[in-house]
Amino acid sequence: MKKVAVVGYGNTKFTKDELPIESLLLESTKQVFDTTKNLSQDLIDGVIVSTNDNSKYLGAILSELSGIKPKISHTVEHLCSSGSSAVISGFSYIASGLADTVLVTGADKIDNPGQILEWDKSRGEYNHPIYWASMFTKAHKRQFSTTDEELAIVSAKNHKQALDNPNAYSHKPYTISEIMNSKNVTDDLRILDCSYSCSGSSSILLTSEENARKFTDEPIWISGIGQKTNSASFTKNQLTKLSSTIVAANAAYKMAEIIPQEIDTAEIHDAFSVCELMAVEDLGLTEKNTGASYVRNLFNTEDRKINPRGGLIGAGHPLGATGISQIVEITQQLQNKAKKRQISNAKKGLVHNMSAAATSSTVIVLES
Amino acid sequence: MNKFESEIKTGNFVTSECIDCNKIVWPPSDYCDNCFMEVNWRRVSPNGKLIEWSKKNNSIFCIAEFENTIRVIGKLDSKNVIPKPGQLLKFISCSLKDQY
Repeated sequence: MKKVAVVGYGNTKFTKDELPIESLLLESTKQVFDTTKNLSQDLIDGVIVSTNDNSKYLGAILSELSGIKPKISHTVEHLCSSGSSAVISGFSYIASGLADTVLVTGADKIDNPGQILEWDKSRGEYNHPIYWASMFTKAHKRQFSTTDEELAIVSAKNHKQALDNPNAYSHKPYTISEIMNSKNVTDDLRILDCSYSCSGSSSILLTSEENARKFTDEPIWISGIGQKTNSASFTKNQLTKLSSTIVAANAAYKMAEIIPQEIDTAEIHDAFSVCELMAVEDLGLTEKNTGASYVRNLFNTEDRKINPRGGLIGAGHPLGATGISQIVEITQQLQNKAKKRQISNAKKGLVHNMSAAATSSTVIVLES
Repeated sequence: MNKFESEIKTGNFVTSECIDCNKIVWPPSDYCDNCFMEVNWRRVSPNGKLIEWSKKNNSIFCIAEFENTIRVIGKLDSKNVIPKPGQLLKFISCSLKDQY
């Protein structure tokens, strides 16, 4: 299997703007061309789009708009983890030798249809994500005595970290008290404990080891990948652990031949505050039942290790772009180019992206 | 509209069940997810238990489990008593919003 590197990237600002999906896709793709040395259209032989948008044939459309005539082009849809799933498709094409250099671009619009899984009739009329998030939160409070304050710390931390992310949807800091007193979405969920669907686009350029240094002096290697799908329906889920994440993380660590304690920084899927508390435990970054104290310590010491770009809560959640934007952040961190967000001496990073209440998860390990 | 939806629309809470291995196939499907044989449709036993609950605008919603397998999210009428996971509950009614 060939080694695969991230050698270029682009990221639009995440906004409430209602832009055409094609324009969004092109915007972050243009940035890849603007910022990657020696890149020309003829060097790209794969174009993969990730989105939940209903528009068709977007791989080919983005290729045409970008002047690329790739061997491979298609769209990947996997709800909230469409982006990381598309990256794994691109990785696989290169690792297998089917392609040399692949552009992966994800985008969604603020009104994207990926938030509701119509098929899942077991959710009844309660098909919006706030309902599963409320169940997760209630069950977490019950089992681990988690408090509203501990949940609010996740949001306070990620909103604060997003202040230094120029592409973030939110540039407003919130106190723990403001978050705890924000509007009740349900009795167990505050509005500021939720990520927001928004418009945005992110791109990365992947290539093989033999090409990597043509495009960058600092290739970032994808060293570990793990994925797991348990179901599509929410109601089969366990409520106090992300079991698909546990499996995916173990596979990614095994492939990368590392242990969780070696991870210097991670972008994790904080769709709701409770998800971050669960994920830091289930990714093995801290012991079970210590997620809240772990995140509180990060907040109190201003340690940006987890979700340095602000996570989904701070940066926003344009579904098809999210997984790719997470990889862009970790790439910048490992290249020491994250500016005010920079984690000191980061060598190994992790991306955690999941769908539909963790019915499926993707974990990717990156290394400099 | 599939069989499940047409039954729900008439107020019948049904599940699919394999005609060969008798496995309850949930969420409902046209074929068994174990052996791919065809399924029968039958009413779900109305006696269930509460898995978890929360509340929105004074209306309680919950995950309920029936026949140790079939989990659904629905509205809970707790009769002003604070619900407790594990407690027994009874299916009362179902309906389907007209999407067609």
